[in-house]
Amino acid sequence: MSVPLPYYLCLSALLFTIGAVGVLTRRNAIVVFMCIELMLNSVNLTLIAFSSFLQDMTGQVLVFFVMAVAAAEAAVGLAIVIALFRNKQTVNIDEMNILKW
Amino acid sequence: MSLEFFFFLVVAGAAIGSAFAMVFQRNPVMSAIALIVNFFCLALLYLLLEAQLLAALQIVVYTGAIMVLFIFVIMLLNLGDEQRLTERFDVKKIIGVSVAGGFLLEMIYILAFSGGSVQTPLPESGNLGTVESMGKALFGPFLLPFEITSLLLLAAIVGAVMLAKRHT
Repeated sequence: MSVPLPYYLCLSALLFTIGAVGVLTRRNAIVVFMCIELMLNSVNLTLIAFSSFLQDMTGQVLVFFVMAVAAAEAAVGLAIVIALFRNKQTVNIDEMNILKW
Repeated sequence: MSLEFFFFLVVAGAAIGSAFAMVFQRNPVMSAIALIVNFFCLALLYLLLEAQLLAALQIVVYTGAIMVLFIFVIMLLNLGDEQRLTERFDVKKIIGVSVAGGFLLEMIYILAFSGGSVQTPLPESGNLGTVESMGKALFGPFLLPFEITSLLLLAAIVGAVMLAKRHT
């Protein structure tokens, strides 16, 4: 294993930050969802890197469960987006403020 | 510079580039395709980290199932290009971006300047991420979480159908 662990961790931190910036700045709800998937994947990369460097199976099992949760989250989240689009004819999250007081 | 390190640099560069392309792309379909490229790069990195089963699952589940769902919804809703990426640069967004940048700097500082306890990797055993060892772990010590995952997926299916159904 010729690539040191901090390289993987820095790559994962960078991907997580790009995803966080996307969530905070984009207005399209579907793109915001995709940025959340990017953040989940960067955490998966961290878990697999540690699992490989410590020769421990637990990290990879955790990534397996994260994938299952991400699939469920994407299905439910996109259903919510469709339901919102049906009500307001937009996916712009700046205009979805009916829960705001 | 070994071949493995060169491969890591190429794939990591492609992953970062496609992530930037996803965030700063106006067309949602192009954004989804950039995310697919990013997931593919991550699958290659998983192979480099001897997680073979998870690399295959990454391609099948993420780029196969989840991104098809995303592209299907984008095309179902018939979304066009956005006029501008962000409508108004208010204080909240500037604070959010600067907090995210500070978080990145902090993590890189911690990772680069602190001698971690796992700097020297353990020797490779050769069968860490194979289907056999994953299966033994999932049906051994992780049997209960594995079964609960099926309940989660069932709840997600029912919830998605209920939410997307037209209430008449």
